[in-house]
Amino acid sequence: MRRYFGRKLLIYALTFFVAVTVDWIIPRFMPGDPVQTMLARASLRPEANQALQAYYTDLFGLDVPVWQQYLNFWNALLHGDLGISIWQFPQPVTTVIMRAVPYTLALLVPAILLSWWAGNKFGAYAARRKWLDNTVLPLGYVLTATPYMWLGILLAWSLATVAGLFPVAGGYSFALEPSWSPAFAGSLLRHWFLPFASLFLVGFGGWAIGMRNLIIYELEADYSHYLESLGAPRRLVRRYAFRNALLPQLTGLALQLGVIVAGALVTEIVFSYPGLGYLVLQAINNQDFFLIQGAFLFIIIGVLLANFLVDVAYVLVDPRTRTGMRGGS
Amino acid sequence: MTVSDQEELVTAAPAAPAVTPAPVAGGRASREALYFARRNRKLVAGFGVVLLFLTVAVAGPLLTDHGPNEYVGPPAQRPSARYWFGTTMFGQDVFAQFTHGLRSTFLVGVLGGGLAAAIGMLVGFTAGYRGGVVDEVLNMITNIVLVIPTLAVLLIIAAYLRVRGVVPEAVFIGLSSWPWVARAIRAQTFSLRSREFVDLARLSGLSGRRIVLKEIAPNMSSYLFMTFILLFGGSVLIAATLDFIGLGPTEGTSLGLMMNNAVLWSALPLGMWWWFVPPGLGITVIVGALYVMNVGLDEVFNPKLRAM
Repeated sequence: MRRYFGRKLLIYALTFFVAVTVDWIIPRFMPGDPVQTMLARASLRPEANQALQAYYTDLFGLDVPVWQQYLNFWNALLHGDLGISIWQFPQPVTTVIMRAVPYTLALLVPAILLSWWAGNKFGAYAARRKWLDNTVLPLGYVLTATPYMWLGILLAWSLATVAGLFPVAGGYSFALEPSWSPAFAGSLLRHWFLPFASLFLVGFGGWAIGMRNLIIYELEADYSHYLESLGAPRRLVRRYAFRNALLPQLTGLALQLGVIVAGALVTEIVFSYPGLGYLVLQAINNQDFFLIQGAFLFIIIGVLLANFLVDVAYVLVDPRTRTGMRGGS
Repeated sequence: MTVSDQEELVTAAPAAPAVTPAPVAGGRASREALYFARRNRKLVAGFGVVLLFLTVAVAGPLLTDHGPNEYVGPPAQRPSARYWFGTTMFGQDVFAQFTHGLRSTFLVGVLGGGLAAAIGMLVGFTAGYRGGVVDEVLNMITNIVLVIPTLAVLLIIAAYLRVRGVVPEAVFIGLSSWPWVARAIRAQTFSLRSREFVDLARLSGLSGRRIVLKEIAPNMSSYLFMTFILLFGGSVLIAATLDFIGLGPTEGTSLGLMMNNAVLWSALPLGMWWWFVPPGLGITVIVGALYVMNVGLDEVFNPKLRAM
């Protein structure tokens, strides 16, 4: 157990280290002067401009050696200091991002969990059932091939603009002030539903197809044939197949995390949903490099944490890894 | 270890094929594959659709005498005989943008997918065949790149580039989306490495490079091909995502950029469906056809699935 997690944690630590280094290197070694670009493009009041100029020159600290700059960067990072946002001047990047993170999580967590669960159940059910396989499988391929934002656009256009069932944009109605009232909660929910639905649908298609294929492989495996020849009921064989097929799907979930997060970013942009994706778009349009870099780090940290959770789940689900770890394979 | 590696093989991507490393028996086997390939409806249909879009991408721009970003007609026109896909808010021809965008899509797919496949094979074969410390180091690197979300890295690189082209975009995508391929090929190579025919080749004094190229790679050629198809589709989707965020090519156009512009200039509330439906539909149909093609190929190469 300890060796398994030790190895995983080492990889995550190294990944974090690499990510932070990339975050540090790119602005400094890309052609051009980002500070100048940033200030030239951001039309600010003169005093803000001056303050920023001083701040950034100090932050980039070009008068100290490179290794010192690198250490300073880590130091600031570990103190939660990611710089000051230009788009939302003079708020710190950390504050701006923390305000957006709950919205992104509220979309991502239910979408990931529900689509994985429902996709697996449904894929397992459709496998080797002729008419379901023939109707739903093609639909699944279409869904998983759909770019996230396009499905979002279609949903927003058909259900919000044309049918008028849902609001088109925003995290809550602009007529309301954030508060703990039922009206506000209802508004949140109505704005949340469409972005959630488009994330859910794309994921659902992918998981359903994956599970359907895996079940077919498992039903071809020796143990399934053996069980069948013993006269075990079909449902029992399928249940064993399902449990075996769940493990690769769990690994697949870890591998897909980055793609799903990217999907959430663009979906938020479609719906102007005030999460990280919307923030990134604003940061790009306003040349707010510190905000982009901050968002990058937050995404990395989130994906690393989620990966770790999948590792834990894997140990809980797969008894082989547990015994293997105890006995030392 | 081998168990989980096998499993990774299967779910490396949503539609990743499982592998049956059956030794290829020369001409007869490939003739047989061709026989089943021509009779596989999924493969033929998928291939046909991709070919159709490729034709549109190649020939389409020749049908219009103006560039994709030129202001040629009245703004916000519905599809008509003159402008087949209508015009944008600024009077640009959506059809011209669509066909040029398709070109970028294929370019990104081939270049990004090809580069990722090449790196993945290089790393996977090297790690799997050499083993030992080389494997440990390569595996570590693979795992690190695997965990970092591709898009986040592309985001931060693209944000600092002032001039962005389709080719650099494809190269960056290729450079960052190879890890799952490397892992899958490494696991495959591991299992093939200890086979007798590989031992025989080693005894006869072939170099490691030639053993990989002549003995190991041909045994998973079908898998390698299917991997490339998946990478092609993946690259197209990543590029669309990146373009949609606003980090697409600064010159020319792409399907993702079209959707970005459509959303940015309120095509949604105005109901200008002809602006945002074609680009997304194009991507969906191409990538979907590729996936279906892959299932067909899987059935062609894997006799177990054929009976279905």
